[in-house]
Amino acid sequence: MMYYSRLRMASVIGVCLIGLALCLPNFIRQPSPSLPWRQIHLGLDLRGGSYLLLQVDMASVTADRLRGLQDETRQTLLKAGLGYRNLATGAHEVTFTPRTPDETQPDLKALRAMPMNAPGEFEVKQGENGQIAITLSADAARQRAYDAVTQSIEIVRRRIDATGAIDPEITRQGEDRIIVELPGISDPERVKNLLGTTAKMTFHLVADSAIGSAVPPAGVEMLPMSSGQGTLPVFSHVDVDGADLTNASASIDQQSGEWAVNFTFDSTGAQEFGDVTRTNVGKRFAIVLDNKVIEAPVIRTAITGGNGQITGGFSAQQATDIALLLRAGALPAPLNVIEQRSIGPSLGADSIRAGGYSLAAGFVLVIAFMALFYGRFGWYANIALLANLVLMTAILSLFEATLTLPGMAGMLLTLGMAVDANILINERIREEVARGRSALQAMQAGFERATATIVDSNATALLAHVMLFVFGTGPVRGFALTITIGIVTTLFTTLLLSRMLMVRWYARTRPSTLPV
Amino acid sequence: MMFDRPLLRFVPRGTKINFMRGRFIGLATSAVLSIASLILFFHPGLTLGLDFRGGIVVEARTQGPADFNVIRAALASEHVSAAGVQSFGGPDDVLIRLDTPPDSEPDHEARTQAMVDSVRHAIATLPGAQVLRADAVGASVSKELFRNGMLALGISLLMILAYIWFRFEWEFAVSAVVTLVLDLTKAIGFLVITHFEFDLVMVAAILTILGYSTNDKVVVYDRVRENLRKYRTMPLAELIDLSINETLSRTLGTSCTVFLAALPLALFGGASLSGFAWVMLFGIVVGTSSSIFIAAPLLLLMGEKRLRRDARPPTRP
Repeated sequence: MMYYSRLRMASVIGVCLIGLALCLPNFIRQPSPSLPWRQIHLGLDLRGGSYLLLQVDMASVTADRLRGLQDETRQTLLKAGLGYRNLATGAHEVTFTPRTPDETQPDLKALRAMPMNAPGEFEVKQGENGQIAITLSADAARQRAYDAVTQSIEIVRRRIDATGAIDPEITRQGEDRIIVELPGISDPERVKNLLGTTAKMTFHLVADSAIGSAVPPAGVEMLPMSSGQGTLPVFSHVDVDGADLTNASASIDQQSGEWAVNFTFDSTGAQEFGDVTRTNVGKRFAIVLDNKVIEAPVIRTAITGGNGQITGGFSAQQATDIALLLRAGALPAPLNVIEQRSIGPSLGADSIRAGGYSLAAGFVLVIAFMALFYGRFGWYANIALLANLVLMTAILSLFEATLTLPGMAGMLLTLGMAVDANILINERIREEVARGRSALQAMQAGFERATATIVDSNATALLAHVMLFVFGTGPVRGFALTITIGIVTTLFTTLLLSRMLMVRWYARTRPSTLPV
Repeated sequence: MMFDRPLLRFVPRGTKINFMRGRFIGLATSAVLSIASLILFFHPGLTLGLDFRGGIVVEARTQGPADFNVIRAALASEHVSAAGVQSFGGPDDVLIRLDTPPDSEPDHEARTQAMVDSVRHAIATLPGAQVLRADAVGASVSKELFRNGMLALGISLLMILAYIWFRFEWEFAVSAVVTLVLDLTKAIGFLVITHFEFDLVMVAAILTILGYSTNDKVVVYDRVRENLRKYRTMPLAELIDLSINETLSRTLGTSCTVFLAALPLALFGGASLSGFAWVMLFGIVVGTSSSIFIAAPLLLLMGEKRLRRDARPPTRP
């Protein structure tokens, strides 16, 4: 207890020096790019910016898959020469009634041979009253949801990068959510609009014969015009898919002077586009974006180069955004913004100032208290406190943690609590002195007895804050993280550093009485 | 050397205060305060913050003192109705609150988001006004945040119980957790009275004061356990008193440093942190006094038979 080997002292001092070095990146510029340079990031509440929580519309992912499955079922049965009645989709399944009960076995056999997107994706079974149900499995649904979110994150990232946002953070949260953090963007309206669009572009032939009929015939859908005026009947069959685009850009059309979006297909898309336009010269071809018809021009000649242009009475911003969305690709499912928090830059600056001053004032008060009430050993505790602050900053930098306002409060409270361990040791030494122990014995007993208490009291605090970190969300996690780190650094600085200072002082002066 | 010896002393050396004599007064006071807090909790209840209530809050700064009528007119022209407009902080700061559409309606999330944008547009029409902060929390998220917050609270209490149980006898664990629950109810009462908004940051504050309070109890209990081994025949009441007196100067010293650390935050920490810091300050006072006046008497009540089987009967003063 009362002896520190050279090695032990060197390691304690070494840790403090390394801590000091790790703090540097927060205060000076990186001298050379080859040096590892990790620093604390300021949270959105301190630097200003926006936080968006997006939820992927899973119901629509499942609905999409079921629609496809219903289509495949129809095709499969037709190909096998089997009949069906009441083909319908439910929440998780496609159902139909076989033409005759004899066809049940051939139906099952044909349907079980349908290709699956994943092993065990669906199950074909005969239900009550002779119906056959093709049910999507829960596991496959989960996998599909997971994939949809992964894919969405990628597209969200591309779209946000295209807006020129600096350091956006896009992370998955839970099963079906995406967190988007945009430092410096305090009005997220444009980003929200960009993310709120699925941007699924498809090309369909217009069913001119159905114009004016109230109920569209089978295989034809009535789609609204994007201008908001009227509807247009188009064939449901997708002739060309916008997923085959390689590039899109906005420009002013030379002839009309209107804003237009130019796009280029890849080889598959160009081939399809060429084929369709060649065989349908003179017919109208509808360009559909997110189930709205943007325009439906008449095909004058076959378009074989794979280049096209859309003009739909766009404004400059609309044309730019559509081009951006087409380049970034379509989302697999709609995204809903379910939480939004944005902080203007001036409020962040106010918070830093208020938080910083309070932190400094609290620190000074604690130091003064320790100096007044504990004298020399109080100053040692203060040195340990300073080292504690340095080490906390170092570990937070090492993790590249994000410092939030509650996190700052956490740091301050840790410093307040950190001296507790020193107070415990000092009070214990005082008690032992009062019992008539010698200086050496009193210090020894003080360290020994206080250590158990220090470990116990910090362990409970550690437990509480680890829980808070695990179950907390947002700002609370930052708070819990700083306190958790603070408890670890507190144990180091009090059990090793301040004790070392006291022991070294004793070894140097060999006092007969202690300054307690 | 001038800084060698301590200049001040907190508690005179060797106090012999008979805390256990006042144990019933302490318990009764605590019970009354906690029951009052529970009544306050049900009526009028906590002021839920945005995190748990859901809704929209926009903080804006206008050029010169805010004119509510102008702001309301601007909001009305953007078709934002039923907005609460109130002053906040300085004379040029306003707070605009809106309820989100009920989550039974379709598209309620999209409509919530559209409402925030409308408020922004309205503020943009006022000359020189800027949006300081705009938050919108949908109904589903707020329910989830609330559940997570409560889960964190509950699990922390259980972990504390488990740890103290593991390190001490069960009498210690139970009296510590009962005391913590009493502390918790008082903190809630404090929130109701002060109208501080109960949100995620407040959950963090409450967990911190629970952690602090536990810390304080562990130190006293630790001494009780040590003295139980040291003084084999001392009656429990006397032994607990001795333990409290021995640790008194540490208890008060630590409370003081944490209090001093949090005080500037409460006074100058700005709107978002001062509520948090006031709850901390309250919690420090409650947590420190409950170690002495609640946790220790509870331990005495529960442990009188069990912890001290071989003791002589307590001497009546």
